[in-house]
Amino acid sequence: MLPQRVSIPPNSLSNKPVVGDADSKPDFPTAIDIDCFRAFYGSYQALHDISLAIPENRVTALIGPSGCGKTTLLRWINRMNDIVPTARAEGKMSLGELNVLAKSTDVVDLRRRVGIVFQKPNPFPKSIYDNVAYGPRLHLRMSRTELDELVEWSLRKAAVWDEVKDRLRKPALGLSGGQQQRVCIARTIATGPRVLLMDEPCSALDPISTSSIEDLIYELREQYTIVIVTHNMQQASRVSDMCAFFYQGRVIEFGTTDQIFTRPDQKQTEDYVTGKFG
Amino acid sequence: MNDRKDLSKRDDDRFADSGGDHRSLAGRHRLDRIFVRFCQATAMLSVVILAVMLVTIFSQGLRGFSWQFLTSSASADPSDAGIGPALFGSMWVCGVCALTSLPIGIATAIFLEEFKPRARLMRWFHSFIQLNISNLAGVPSVVYGIIGLTAFANMFGMFGDPNQPTFEIGAHYYDQYVSKGNRILLIPAENAGSPVPELKTGLVAYTSKGEPVKINVIGRGEETPKDKAIRAVTLKWNDEGGRIIENEWYYFRFPLGRGVLTGGLTLMLVILPIIIIASQESLRAVPYSLREGSLGMGATQWQTVQNVTLPSAIPGIMTGAILAMSRAIGEAAPVLIICGIVYIGSNPSSLMDSFSVMPLQIFDWAQQPSDDFHAVAATGIIVLLSVLLSFNACAVYIRNRTQKPLT
Repeated sequence: MLPQRVSIPPNSLSNKPVVGDADSKPDFPTAIDIDCFRAFYGSYQALHDISLAIPENRVTALIGPSGCGKTTLLRWINRMNDIVPTARAEGKMSLGELNVLAKSTDVVDLRRRVGIVFQKPNPFPKSIYDNVAYGPRLHLRMSRTELDELVEWSLRKAAVWDEVKDRLRKPALGLSGGQQQRVCIARTIATGPRVLLMDEPCSALDPISTSSIEDLIYELREQYTIVIVTHNMQQASRVSDMCAFFYQGRVIEFGTTDQIFTRPDQKQTEDYVTGKFG
Repeated sequence: MNDRKDLSKRDDDRFADSGGDHRSLAGRHRLDRIFVRFCQATAMLSVVILAVMLVTIFSQGLRGFSWQFLTSSASADPSDAGIGPALFGSMWVCGVCALTSLPIGIATAIFLEEFKPRARLMRWFHSFIQLNISNLAGVPSVVYGIIGLTAFANMFGMFGDPNQPTFEIGAHYYDQYVSKGNRILLIPAENAGSPVPELKTGLVAYTSKGEPVKINVIGRGEETPKDKAIRAVTLKWNDEGGRIIENEWYYFRFPLGRGVLTGGLTLMLVILPIIIIASQESLRAVPYSLREGSLGMGATQWQTVQNVTLPSAIPGIMTGAILAMSRAIGEAAPVLIICGIVYIGSNPSSLMDSFSVMPLQIFDWAQQPSDDFHAVAATGIIVLLSVLLSFNACAVYIRNRTQKPLT
């Protein structure tokens, strides 16, 4: 079993309101209900009959070896895969009342409610302020003062305000990688999403930036439902409440992080989390 | 693993101390130096060519270069000849060309790069367009001249003869007569092809100053009036007038005829593929992650193009566009087909006016037998090259000024 790191945010594992160990079903409301979900690229089936109930205001980690379909699932939650010409999906995925996969679903509105943070920090070649104000300007008509307040709120929320408050008009590309990623998170939450999708948000960052982003994720879960894809199992164990283990396009096991990492039901899960393969 | 086994012990011995005779180290270095020298020489060749060209042109043409050369029009006398109307003609044509080709080219590139369809039929259609554009880029420019002539100048004959346009605004037709007092009289006419009205006393005509006067017509065998004032408005019954046209600045007609607009649109055809391909390449150079970032926040495709992709691609697009424009300025063949080599004495004043461009004027001078005209041609080339080089300098300036790191 994996030794728990000491640097874990103090309450992340012990204080979870999760529970029911026996069936490992969480007792909080479901934010994203995925049922019999299948995803394809052309004729290649990337995901087979995925069923997950992603809980509200919790961090759900998707773990598994490369090419197992974690990112595919993540990118379907806000239909980012619409841009991939050959991608299609079947089955059920709903966000509250909204059927995510329906043709009639307005992806513009969906993506406003379901923000995404990418693997590599991708700030626009604009100022820090304009980066964060980008989303609000797309969707809302706001006065300057309102916008200023919203930008400050978002940057504070993303724990990067103190570092950038004196250089809001400077290009965002001049920031360090970790700062850029936090500005990207600020940019995403500025549009007011309910769900945050994170696709390996720390994989391009150094350990110190990683730990600051992890702290941030831990704080953000009080307001947002967070789904995070990660290759780093320590990270999954540090930041997540729930954990889904993917292998070859299938969910092998889904349960509380505690249970997945300490008492996995499946042999494959155990092998993966203990580092026997992957 | 199996491959490993096949390696015999004998080979191990042979290759362990990198077997075989050593190639001479000094020889390899010498070859290296020779190759570098060879590459330097080929690179210098282009510099030499440019230098020779500039020296030849400047030694021949610099003497004739003056302000007067820039403003005066072509002449039978080499010392009076100037490039004025051709310079202005080039500017007009390039203006038309830029105003039409930039929006069309950039919009096409955005369509091809940013709005890739998902449906199979549309994808096929998309690649069909792409293939066509690549093919168009390889079409010789003289062919575009023919297209311009049929499609723009004659408009496939749909609107009749270009000299008698079906539709026109901003044109006034007159029959021009010379009165007995040697004054010019202009009698208004309906249009280019209307019958010449019978000359009658009392018909209203305009003098060359634009004043309306009533004309006096004398019949067969009648005496010419003695009074100078009457003689100035007197025409003979059988005088023949010439139909002339006076244009407003907004003169427009269908078919377009062999005017500035036709020339500009034809050059647009020539450079459109270049602009589209350059724009596509600079759009493609914008990292995909930026588009995803924008789309992921709920931007529509147009908002993404407008706020993220296009601003990042603009430096590249502008550079490509300016280089395409300098191609258009230097293009002679299609314009030759559109307007031929005719004497143009004044700058164009409307989009339908006939025109000449610098390369054509230079060509005209260069084909004259006299050496004096060859010097004039060289002077013309100096003007053309200065315009081209300043275009290129603009492109470089814009590129250096606006290019920012994108990732």
